[in-house]
Amino acid sequence: MSLKQLVLEDGSYFVGEGFGSDSESIGEIVFNTGMTGYQEIISDPSYCGQIVTFTYPLVGNYGINRDDFESVDPAILGVVVKEHCDTPSNFRSEETLDQFLEAKDIPGIAGIDTRKLTKIIRRHGTMKAMITSMDRPVSEVLEILNQTKLPIDQVSQVSTIKPYVVPGRGCRIVLMDFGMKHGILRELTKRDCHVTVVPYDTTAQEIDRLKPDGIMLTNGPGDPKNVPEAIETIKELIGQVPVFGICLGHQLIALASGADTAKMKFGHRGSNQPVKDLKNGKTYITSQNHGYSVSRESLEATDLELTQTSLNDESVEGLAHRLHPVFSVQYHPESSPGPEDTENLFDVFLENIQADKKQQKEEATCLNAQI
Amino acid sequence: MPKRTDLNKILVIGSGPIIIGQAAEFDYSGTQACQALKEEGYEVILANSNPATIMTDYTFADEVYMEPLTVEFMTKIIRKEQPDAILPTLGGQTGLNLAMELSKTTILEDYGVELLGTRMEAIEQAEDRAMFRDLMHELKQPVPESTIVSTVDAAAAFAQEIGYPVIVRPAYTMGGTGGGMCDNEKELREITRNGLSLSPVDQCLIEKNIAGFKEVEYEVMRDKSDHAIVVCNMENFDPVGIHTGDSIVVAPSQTLSDREYQMLRNASLKIIRALGIEGGCNVQLALDPDSFQYYVIEVNPRVSRSSALASKATGYPIAKLAAKIAVGLTLDEIKNPVTGTTYACFEPALDYVVTKIPRWPFDKFAKGNRTLGTQMKATGEIMAIGRNFEESLLKGVRSLEGKTEELYLASLADLPDDVIDQRLVKADDERIFVLAEALRRNRTLDELHELTGIDLFFLNKLKKLMDLELVIQTEGLTYQPIKKAKQLGFSDAQLARLIGTDIDEVYNYRMEHQITPVYKMVDTCAGEFASETPYYYSSYEDENESVISDRKKVLVIGSGPIRIGQGVEFDYATVHSVLALKEMGYEAIIMNNNPETVSTDFSVSDKLYFEPLSLEDVMHVIELEKPEGVIVQFGGQTAINLVDGLNRRGVKILGTTMEAINETEDRDLFEQLLNRLEIAKPGGESVTSVEEAVQTARNIGYPVVVRPSYVLGGRAMEIVYGEEELLSYMEETVKDYSDHPILVDKYLTGMEIEVDAISDGETVVIPGIMEHIERAGVHSGDSMAVYPSQRISKELKQQCVDATVKIARELNMQGLINIQFVVNADTAYVIEVNPRASRTVPFLSKITGITMANLATKAILGKKLTDLGYNTGVAGCPDGVYVKVPVFSFEKLRSVDTTLGPEMKSTGEVIGYDRTLEKALYKGMTAAGLKIPVEGSVLLTVADKDKEEMLGIARTFHELGFQLYATIGTADAIQSAGIPVKTVSKVGATEMNIIDIIQSGKVQFVVNTLTKGQQSRSDGFRIRRTAVEHGIACLTSLDTANAIVEVIDSMSFTARAIGNREVTQT
Repeated sequence: MSLKQLVLEDGSYFVGEGFGSDSESIGEIVFNTGMTGYQEIISDPSYCGQIVTFTYPLVGNYGINRDDFESVDPAILGVVVKEHCDTPSNFRSEETLDQFLEAKDIPGIAGIDTRKLTKIIRRHGTMKAMITSMDRPVSEVLEILNQTKLPIDQVSQVSTIKPYVVPGRGCRIVLMDFGMKHGILRELTKRDCHVTVVPYDTTAQEIDRLKPDGIMLTNGPGDPKNVPEAIETIKELIGQVPVFGICLGHQLIALASGADTAKMKFGHRGSNQPVKDLKNGKTYITSQNHGYSVSRESLEATDLELTQTSLNDESVEGLAHRLHPVFSVQYHPESSPGPEDTENLFDVFLENIQADKKQQKEEATCLNAQI
Repeated sequence: MPKRTDLNKILVIGSGPIIIGQAAEFDYSGTQACQALKEEGYEVILANSNPATIMTDYTFADEVYMEPLTVEFMTKIIRKEQPDAILPTLGGQTGLNLAMELSKTTILEDYGVELLGTRMEAIEQAEDRAMFRDLMHELKQPVPESTIVSTVDAAAAFAQEIGYPVIVRPAYTMGGTGGGMCDNEKELREITRNGLSLSPVDQCLIEKNIAGFKEVEYEVMRDKSDHAIVVCNMENFDPVGIHTGDSIVVAPSQTLSDREYQMLRNASLKIIRALGIEGGCNVQLALDPDSFQYYVIEVNPRVSRSSALASKATGYPIAKLAAKIAVGLTLDEIKNPVTGTTYACFEPALDYVVTKIPRWPFDKFAKGNRTLGTQMKATGEIMAIGRNFEESLLKGVRSLEGKTEELYLASLADLPDDVIDQRLVKADDERIFVLAEALRRNRTLDELHELTGIDLFFLNKLKKLMDLELVIQTEGLTYQPIKKAKQLGFSDAQLARLIGTDIDEVYNYRMEHQITPVYKMVDTCAGEFASETPYYYSSYEDENESVISDRKKVLVIGSGPIRIGQGVEFDYATVHSVLALKEMGYEAIIMNNNPETVSTDFSVSDKLYFEPLSLEDVMHVIELEKPEGVIVQFGGQTAINLVDGLNRRGVKILGTTMEAINETEDRDLFEQLLNRLEIAKPGGESVTSVEEAVQTARNIGYPVVVRPSYVLGGRAMEIVYGEEELLSYMEETVKDYSDHPILVDKYLTGMEIEVDAISDGETVVIPGIMEHIERAGVHSGDSMAVYPSQRISKELKQQCVDATVKIARELNMQGLINIQFVVNADTAYVIEVNPRASRTVPFLSKITGITMANLATKAILGKKLTDLGYNTGVAGCPDGVYVKVPVFSFEKLRSVDTTLGPEMKSTGEVIGYDRTLEKALYKGMTAAGLKIPVEGSVLLTVADKDKEEMLGIARTFHELGFQLYATIGTADAIQSAGIPVKTVSKVGATEMNIIDIIQSGKVQFVVNTLTKGQQSRSDGFRIRRTAVEHGIACLTSLDTANAIVEVIDSMSFTARAIGNREVTQT
């Protein structure tokens, strides 16, 4: 394909070879340091509105398969690589990265110094960027970037429109979809949960009607403050049933509990992020993808307890409610991609549900006895 | 958790001599471990018999014992030092095995010595085949169908059951020693018999063959709080079937999806947790390319060759952290030394591709069995880093310093197609070149995949390179293709060949068009965090990250991969030169490509460029850094070979000049030099034709030594006794060396003397004069060397000193110089002058306490030795006797003749020292792995010319109570001297022939000297190989035999003294 350029808001620009879709794209540029898992990353709805740079220089080596998608329609706006592989080799490979991106109308740019780009993002923080043809002069692209306001409705773009059920015989879980990775659903159904996936703006009443044993709040794109309706819903849910939040879901629990969130300089995106559990003193390697985090100081006035922090920058990685069976993590225990070291959190969630059921039963018996 | 305070003194076990399967990587890991422990405030005691290592320097440990790594000597050290703990997991298989043996005695209990790192049960669980299988079953980790056998018949029965091919893996041996793949019962029986005899527990594992699976390795670490992480995963270029040490390995894995990656990661972490290892561990796995089926192949519960590679590939110092973990620290409290801000509890992210390529010794052993299999044959390896696979592979190829700087071997171009096919099926050391050749012949990728099992991903990359070759051929020196080619790693040499020009023209074109590389940092985190590691690699990219300081800088060229003739001793010198430069206030920059070494540890120098050592790569760094000059004296022949090119490009060579180097290497100039200085040398001439050779030999008289000029380690050097032999030598060898003249010298038989000196042009300091046990004719690297000299007169010594001083002054040498003499009729003849660091620099430095490389570096930079407190002449003379004993890896190299000669064959060395020569020899030989029984039997079979001399040896053996066996001719000679002997029949005879005697284990020694003539040569070969394969010492030089007899003699009379002897320390 023809030459393309990647222009950043700060004026830096790169010339590379276009691949995938020939379309133009403007988004927030971020980088991910994972060495495997490009298919999962590209299809992770949390990247809605973003152009992702892969720091590992060879992308597409094992092709695209039918199994490893984290969503049906990728919401990513662009893919930046050093090199993409046109001759992938893996028994599950069905098409090349190039073919896939083209089919999904996602532009890609290859052949650029992604390490240089990563360092720029690291220094300046995430910023707006555009993948476009060489026809536009850089000044013009910068002008466009200046005038572009990035969307704030990403969650509504990637959340399910209608509720649907993935039946199981175990716990009844209502999963609020803010841009769910399939991995979360898979972990729940693997544990035989009966999962009802509902849109992000479902009210607490509607959820209550589904008689859930527990609420799962998923990951999702963008600033958590852009989904105020969900914050309200979660406020009402806390104290009703056990809640487990991941990523955006975690941030929403924090906001619903009176804490605050803030944008990070360049976020955490990769499969090698160490997180320290403050309770048992252990550190886990986690998969992460977040550009916002819960402000540590803001936790003081809330009922939330800080349970986990990033080993490297001490940012908030895990929270638990002091009074109710509500807990959350900033990272991705469902992995996909990344290490599966914290997969047991789904078991913890289900244990919380069992304990809650038992307690309710006891309370009911107690109540009966009183009567 | 904080470090342990209940420990004070820790004994670290090193890995001993360099052998195939255990090379410089353990000097690196041991050095790091010692440093880390000292850093934490512990007293470090080190035991390692290898004097060439950096770890055995006093700078790295508080006490150093260069004693044999045997239970006997370790027990003495423990009694003497009474350490609180032993750290055995950084000394390779040697360290681990020794720890296991020690734990079977009571010494550890008696002195309350704790084993750190890995519990003894875990070591056994990982090493013992049966226990390992049980553990894997318990963990629900799949292992290939297998059984443990202790007899050949049991092996055959099992193989019958599961079907051929099967793999034989002897228990508790390293580098796959004695193992192999068998296609039929005959092979199975042979390999199993051999394997059983090599296994210390007489066990072999017979395993279902899973050849064709992807081979993947995970380097994992765990601490006592059960944090477990993956430092690096790696994928072998070749599928299962070739030992990972003999495979091209790529990091990170290239063809694994995240699901596969995580599946194998989970398996690896589960295993390290189950074993309870506190430190590093290596897990080898096989993955079906067509499903998620995988098998665990092997676990090394220790720091390994792969962990050294992983450390260099990622920047994450595994050995250092393993040592810290061993004393109780946990990963989440140790800072990542690369970023300095983040923690060690994370998994490195790479933003480049790393390729490791093994370096095999078949340039020296052309007739050896070059087929690759489950037994490792490589002596060393190189690593290369690039921003794409092709670049990293091709940088790797030119780092090998083989015959080529690209994927092209002229010798393959003429081979018929069917030979190429055969060589694709049975992999050998030239595999990657054979693949390239097949692609040039338009073989399809599917065909190649079918024949080799190599993943199409890799084959596609090779194809891309071959396609680009065609473009270059048609387009010549044009910008776009050249730029593309450089991005994909093409060397200037490759471009020059394709275009039909020379490297200078390509280089100049590139400079003109600014096609030059930039340097990227290795930072463990793919740029996520700011790092200041001074560790760089080149790539044809956009941004350069190597910031140039305004300090005065010096570039030191390293010695590349470990090979026979150029071992870890050159890394020792390189590291000391770097340290000296830092001490003097220079910015010390190093270039090297060997991932096993200390010199490529980024914390050693001010700046490390992990790069090939070809002219263009070195020039690129010079153009960027603009150093004061380049030091080439410490990097062996690798660095010396660059002198010409660097000089041509106007680069200043620091120290001894190029002209001086030429005067020692160019035959005619050298002769003129010695004549001018009136120094004796054997007669001889350089010739370029067969006729000239014959004429010269007639003039000076046989025997003559013949060799090509400009070679290392005596490659293709031979002693020739007559014209017929000379003719056949010229025929076989001259073809290969048509560019270089052949040297024909008078062969003087006599004692060999070696001198190492440091010179500043005026003052010439001589730390040592060593004499060799074996007479001239055996390569100095293969001889036992003794210090101080025992047999030479004061007068002779003075001749050597005078000659050394004269030559050094005449050539205005600045730096190190090594001279070899042969003594004949009370005259010391100069046979060789090396204007660089020699193999014996670390040996002598440690004995005399004179830090030779450090002093030499200072002299190179213009310091006067007199100002440093040294005067001309012999310096330093410590008490005692010190011997250097060579160590061979013959049991790993099939079909390699073990006879000693002018061509070097040893892979490593050990030291032995004590109050007397015999005691020192005993220790040295023991450290080298030789068992010295005081009674038993010896088999003699020598050439006619040696019979007279052999009688002395036979007599002493007899007097010591040994039973003598001999072949007919030899037996006759012994009998006529009145010594009783049992005659055995020659090779091939039906009853009780010489081979049977050796195989039955009746004799402890075989004394065999090289006989002339086709038949006797091949008989001798079989005798020697049979001995090696049955672990019986085969002495091919009467001098070696004599030395052993003397040792046994001294033991027999003073047997008690050995037992009571205290371990001495340097």
